[in-house]
Formats: sequence, structure tokens, C-alpha cells
Amino acid sequence: MSRTTLAEPPAEVVTAAPVTPRRPRSTRRYRRLISPVVLVLGWELAARTGLLAPEKLPAPSDVLATGWRLTRDGTLLVHLLDSLTRAGAGLLIGGVLALVLGTVAGLLRLGDDLVDPPVQMARMLPHLGLVPLLIIWVGIGESLKISLVALGAFFPIYFNTYAGIRDIDERLVEAARTCGLGQAARLRHVVLPGALPSLFLGLRLAIGAAWLSLVVGEQVNAQTGIGFLMMEAREFSQTDVVVLGLLVYALLGLISDLALRVLERRMLTWRRGLRAT
Amino acid sequence: MASRAAGHLTGTTPVLTAHAVHRAFGPTVVLAGVDLTIARGEVVALLGGSGSGKSTLLRILAGLDGEASGDIVVHGTAAVVFQEHRLLPWKRVAPNVGLGLSGADTAGRIQRALAEVGLAERDRAWPAELSGGQAQRVAVARALVREPDLLLLDEPFGALDALTRLRMQVLLRRLRAEHSFAALLVTHDVEEALLLADRILLLDEGRIAADLPVDLAPTRTPDDPAFGALRRHLLDRLGVPTT
Repeated sequence: MSRTTLAEPPAEVVTAAPVTPRRPRSTRRYRRLISPVVLVLGWELAARTGLLAPEKLPAPSDVLATGWRLTRDGTLLVHLLDSLTRAGAGLLIGGVLALVLGTVAGLLRLGDDLVDPPVQMARMLPHLGLVPLLIIWVGIGESLKISLVALGAFFPIYFNTYAGIRDIDERLVEAARTCGLGQAARLRHVVLPGALPSLFLGLRLAIGAAWLSLVVGEQVNAQTGIGFLMMEAREFSQTDVVVLGLLVYALLGLISDLALRVLERRMLTWRRGLRAT
Repeated sequence: MASRAAGHLTGTTPVLTAHAVHRAFGPTVVLAGVDLTIARGEVVALLGGSGSGKSTLLRILAGLDGEASGDIVVHGTAAVVFQEHRLLPWKRVAPNVGLGLSGADTAGRIQRALAEVGLAERDRAWPAELSGGQAQRVAVARALVREPDLLLLDEPFGALDALTRLRMQVLLRRLRAEHSFAALLVTHDVEEALLLADRILLLDEGRIAADLPVDLAPTRTPDDPAFGALRRHLLDRLGVPTT
């Protein structure tokens, strides 16, 4: 008899379960959209009512219309491709150089002693302040823009490669040695995957620095590119094109960051398990 | 630099001989000439207080210390289990076990090694998803899969909770009965040494201070009066008052 009473579900426990009113995540996400939307609507309204002079700041709808117009006649695409080419070339040159030097300094004591001091010193120079010197060295053509991007991308990748290699747990390298892994195999199975999170961080910072360098570089005597588009528009007081250029720069940064995050999540699956515990 | 040679294992040659192993860190001499021989299939426990240099000795025997001197000959293959599991966090369990493994049927060998430590189902897990005891069992599997003639165990259960440690000791005893590998077990746990070892070495002031055979039945328990007597004797030698 007592057994049957025990088997009954304890009703009071069920009612005692804590009922916390939790707002679903989607509601919060929508709530976070409110203020940006209000701001844009306010901007639109201020421009429409003439509160904002169109030559100071055109309405967002006008900027979008200009964007659509320039996209349809192909102008935007041409300039965008030129900007992307510069960013890509600069990132590639600066990135590969940084990766090689960072690896040499991170892995070899001699490399550390020879490579790291000058890099540490050069880091103190604000690379955007080098524009006058770079103009003297490489002129005002494409090489200036690419050098500037390469310089901007170099430092974050170098430092994060170096730190990523240095921070690898020595005990893991030892364990790999006891498993019979030679130097090359240790690099492949321990050093590279161990430094990868740091490399991704470096790449993200480098891409940010690359866009920034591009913005500055394209304002020096560019004949093409988003920066040129903006500088030319400024001369004709086409504020809508200037704002459009800013918007494109922002979108480029956003898209590249997002793409890198997706790549990171794919390649660093093991870290998700690490965070969960 | 200690010369460390590898040879073939035949007949009654000991699996490990070490002679005049010496190691100093600056002015501090940690190992002042250690001689050590381990026979085939023999489990030797190396006991000592903390800082006695027992882990240093094991690292030298494993070939991980480039600044020690002495002659070390390992006949056959050796594998190491450390106090921490030292699994690569970016590899799943199976590739961790098979790290550096070559030859035929590696996948099958990995799976069998995992089954032996009772983790056949966890081969796809990330190390971060394992409990401390599970991770240490994977580390044991990583050593076992190499079919070593000598297992070097550096306080392998020292970081585990008491219950898990007991289970690991039982597991090690079973594996030893099945594979008959020789082992050097570095530990500061007298009971663990008495439970697992055929012979106990006491390391004190950089030298082997005592070499005691453990004459207990293979299925030994701490309730055995002979066990208690040996335990008291060892603790006495280690300078721990037992009363």
C-alpha cells in the first residue's frame, strides 16, 4: 500500500517549480532594433522637412536612390572592384610577410633576437603618418595605396602569429614528442592548430586596419576606387555620393568581419566544446 | 646530455637500465647519480617526497630533458602518461589516441585501445567534453595503443578525485595483467605504490635510498596485515609519523 502512494507523482513539487518570466530572445532582438530605426526615420524626416540642408546631409532615401543609380550604371561596381583589389593585394603582401616573420620570430630564438626588435620599434610609428614619406618613396600611384594597406595589415598579423606560437602549451609539445612526432609533425599537429585562434584574431584586426588604410590611401590622388568617388563628389558637393561611399566602406567592414567569423567557427569547432564546459 | 639509446628487447634483458643519472638546476643538485634497472614486465614504483626529483628522473628517462647526464638504455618502446592528460584540445579523442601512430589498421588499433579503457563510445568527443577521469583514460589509451614495453607514469592519477583514482588503479592492474608491460610509476601515494608495484624505490636526496620488493599477492588489498606493515615501514622511511 505504501508503495503505491510513493509511486504517485508528488503534485506539490510540480506547482513549486519556479516560474520565471523570461522574455524570448526574438523579442529582445526586435527591441534592439527600435532605436536605430527611430534614428534613421528621424534623419529622413529632418531632411524631408528641410531641417537638414541637403548639401550638408541628404535624406537616407536619397542616398539609397543614388546607390541604386550608381549600381545600375555600373560606376559603383567599377570603383568597388578597384578598392577591393587594392585591399586584397595589400592584405596579401602584408599578411604573408607578417606570417613568415612572425613564425620565424615565434619559433626560433635567433629569429626572435633578429626580427622582433626592429618590428617592435616600427610598431610605434603610426603607419598612416607615413603617407608623406611613402609618397616620396613610391609616388602617388597604386603602390602607395597597396603599401599603406600592407603596412596596416602587417602589424596585427605579425604580433598575433608571434603570440599564438609563443602561447602554445609546452606540455602539449612534450606529449607529442613522447608520441614519436618529429619536428615537422609537431608543427602540423600542435603548433599550427594551437596558434590558429590567435591567427584568426590577427586577421580580423588586419582586415580592419586594411580598410582604414584604404580610406586614407584613396584620398591621395586616386583615379578610381570608393575613396576617389567620395573625393570627386565632395568637389561637386554631391553629399549623397559621399555618404554612400561611407556606407559602402562600413558594409565592406561588416561583410568581411562576418565572413571571417563564419570561417573561424568552422575551423575552430573544438573551441565551442571548450566554452560549453 | 644523457645518452639515451634504444635497443632490441630479447630474452631476459632488462627493459630499462639507467646508470649515473645526474641532473642539477643551477647550484641545486636534484639527481646525484641514480642507478636504475627495470626488468621485463616489472612494475616499479618510484616514491619520494615532493621535490625529491622523481618527476625529473622520469622526464629524463622519457628523453624529455636535454640537460641531464648519465647513460640510459631503453630496450624496446616506451610511452608516457603524465599527471595531466595532455590531450590536444583541437583533435577529437580518436585522433588524439592515434597521434603519430603509423602502420596497418590504425583505426582498429585506436578503437581497441579505447575499448580497453572503457571509452569506445567516446571516440568522436572533443577532449574538453570529457571528465577528468575520462580524459586520463584516453591518455592511458594513447600510451597503450603503441604497445609499449615500458610505460612511464608520472603521477598519472594525482589530479583525480579519490574515487576515480581507485578506479584507475584497478584499470591499470587489469591492463597490466593483460599486456604484461613493464612500468615505472612515479607517485607520492604509498598505498598506490603498494597496490600496483612489484618493487618500490625510494628517492631521497637525489639517490635511490631504498629498493624494496613488494611481496604481496597479486590481488592485494589495504586490509592485508602485510600491506599495513609495509605501508608503515615506507611512511617511516619517508619521514611521516604513523602513530
